[in-house]
Amino acid sequence: MIAELETSIVDCHEVSAPDYRPLDELRALQLARLQQIVGRSYQNVPLFRQRMEERNLTPADIRTLDDLARLPFTVKADLRDNYPFGLFASPMGEVVRLHASSGTTGKPIVVAYTQEDINTWTSVVGRAMAGCGLHRGDVIQVSYGYGLFTGGLGAHYGAEGIGATVVPTSGGQADRQIMLMKDFGVTAICCTPSYFIHLIERAAEMGIDMKDLPVRAGVFGAEPWTDEMRRHIEQAGGIEAFDIYGLSEIIGPGVGCECRRHAGLHIFEDHFYPEIIDPETGEVLPEGAEGELVLTTLSKQAMPMIRYRTRDITCLLPGSCSCGRTLRRIARIGRRSDDMLILRGVNVFPSQVETALLQVEGALPHYQIVLTRAQGLDQMEVQVEVTPHMFNDRMGALQAVHARLQAALDRVLGIRVRVSLVEAHSIQRSEGKAKRVIDRRNA
Amino acid sequence: MKIQQLSIFVENKPGHLAAPIRLLAAEGIDLRALFLADAREYGVLRMIVSDCELAVARLTAEGFVARVTEVLAIEVSDHPGGLAGVLTALDATSIDIDYMYAFPCRNAEQAVLLFSFADVDAAIAKLRSVGINPLANDDLLKL
Repeated sequence: MIAELETSIVDCHEVSAPDYRPLDELRALQLARLQQIVGRSYQNVPLFRQRMEERNLTPADIRTLDDLARLPFTVKADLRDNYPFGLFASPMGEVVRLHASSGTTGKPIVVAYTQEDINTWTSVVGRAMAGCGLHRGDVIQVSYGYGLFTGGLGAHYGAEGIGATVVPTSGGQADRQIMLMKDFGVTAICCTPSYFIHLIERAAEMGIDMKDLPVRAGVFGAEPWTDEMRRHIEQAGGIEAFDIYGLSEIIGPGVGCECRRHAGLHIFEDHFYPEIIDPETGEVLPEGAEGELVLTTLSKQAMPMIRYRTRDITCLLPGSCSCGRTLRRIARIGRRSDDMLILRGVNVFPSQVETALLQVEGALPHYQIVLTRAQGLDQMEVQVEVTPHMFNDRMGALQAVHARLQAALDRVLGIRVRVSLVEAHSIQRSEGKAKRVIDRRNA
Repeated sequence: MKIQQLSIFVENKPGHLAAPIRLLAAEGIDLRALFLADAREYGVLRMIVSDCELAVARLTAEGFVARVTEVLAIEVSDHPGGLAGVLTALDATSIDIDYMYAFPCRNAEQAVLLFSFADVDAAIAKLRSVGINPLANDDLLKL
């Protein structure tokens, strides 16, 4: 009974106060922060300054929020080209944390946080969780990977920030995850949606019905999922499922999250200013129009991102949410404007596969990437058509080629994939652009 | 002295062995010997056929990965000890064998051993030094 009462008052959680700022106040705050961050980047980030100068702009030209559209975009390649620390706006003495995610050429994308940034991150993840109805007294299991990946630590700090009890299990060891959920009375879990499906299935094999456990909410992100998956998770798991959004380049998880109305993801726009653009022309699109999400970090100190092109396709939902939050909402991310694949939280580009195949073969064999999901984990198979050059009547020589392909792909992608040698012409040819990726993960 | 062997890459999937064999049948190519070496997901089909060059040309045109490789054929009497005698002689020459297989001749008195060596020419010389004369391609096809 007490738990129910507490659940009904969560929207009054003190960390959520910024979610309900009057709009004029919010816009004024955003403009003030935007002017500050543009000034900070101009002062401290040579690449940004150079691009401003090319456009004959100075920070003083930012007089309204609409002026944001005059600023240059930042893209993922900028992070790669300025690896590792070239885009930092703070001296290393002020940086308290580094995270990294995989890039397109083997070198990771590095992101940095000052103590203030960590505090911001903690607060936005806390607001996300409060919006999911979580609060002090909840026992939150964080089953995202801990480490360079932002998922684990981001969720961890946010959950602690709202006074919840954190169980930092990280990923893997499903049986132990389930045992701890049961023994510790875990009330909420943070992980990828597919991993939770795996936990439901594994629990059933262990004779445990997830619905009988006290877990009542799941905060799911780091991979694309569908409404069908949500319905399955909610029914089979006996929980309420929430979609959380974020990316390392901006801060990690906690850029946006669903509230209990489940009517889109509120963007914590006092810290992350959203725009939707036409991915072809770069033009800013009106509310409701589908396009690429562009985010500007309004308060990030160590590594501000001005107009960062996320490549995620969505739209800003018109109107306000019945929850009363003034924060704008985006629709669930359905697809991307580039060919990046997200696999167990790791970014993979098909071009990396080509790089690896070329390293071994010298010429590009016909190939196809097949994504599937087994036991809640994304699996990637690279099917490579055997060429006359690769083929050898000696099994040992053929297997050596196979092993070299495997090693090159593991090295370039940074994750374990399965390499299959298939017969020539066995991969279906499509007219025009080759269909390189078959995604059966949500099939 | 060298025998032309046809080698084809095949995936270990239902129907994948039949496809190239059907093609050879349609071309009227006779199979004298056949051996399938398999890894878990794929295999190498090795065959001695009546017209190796034609087989490779037709298979390649149909999209198969096939090639001609050179092996050596040794005729032995098809009786207990026949193979053992040859292998003992081979042992003395310390030649590395990549792989081998065998088939009986139509007259049922003789059998043919097929060997793949890393260095075919060196293998011929060494075999001769121990009194073994590998069969010529045409002679093999007549057996």
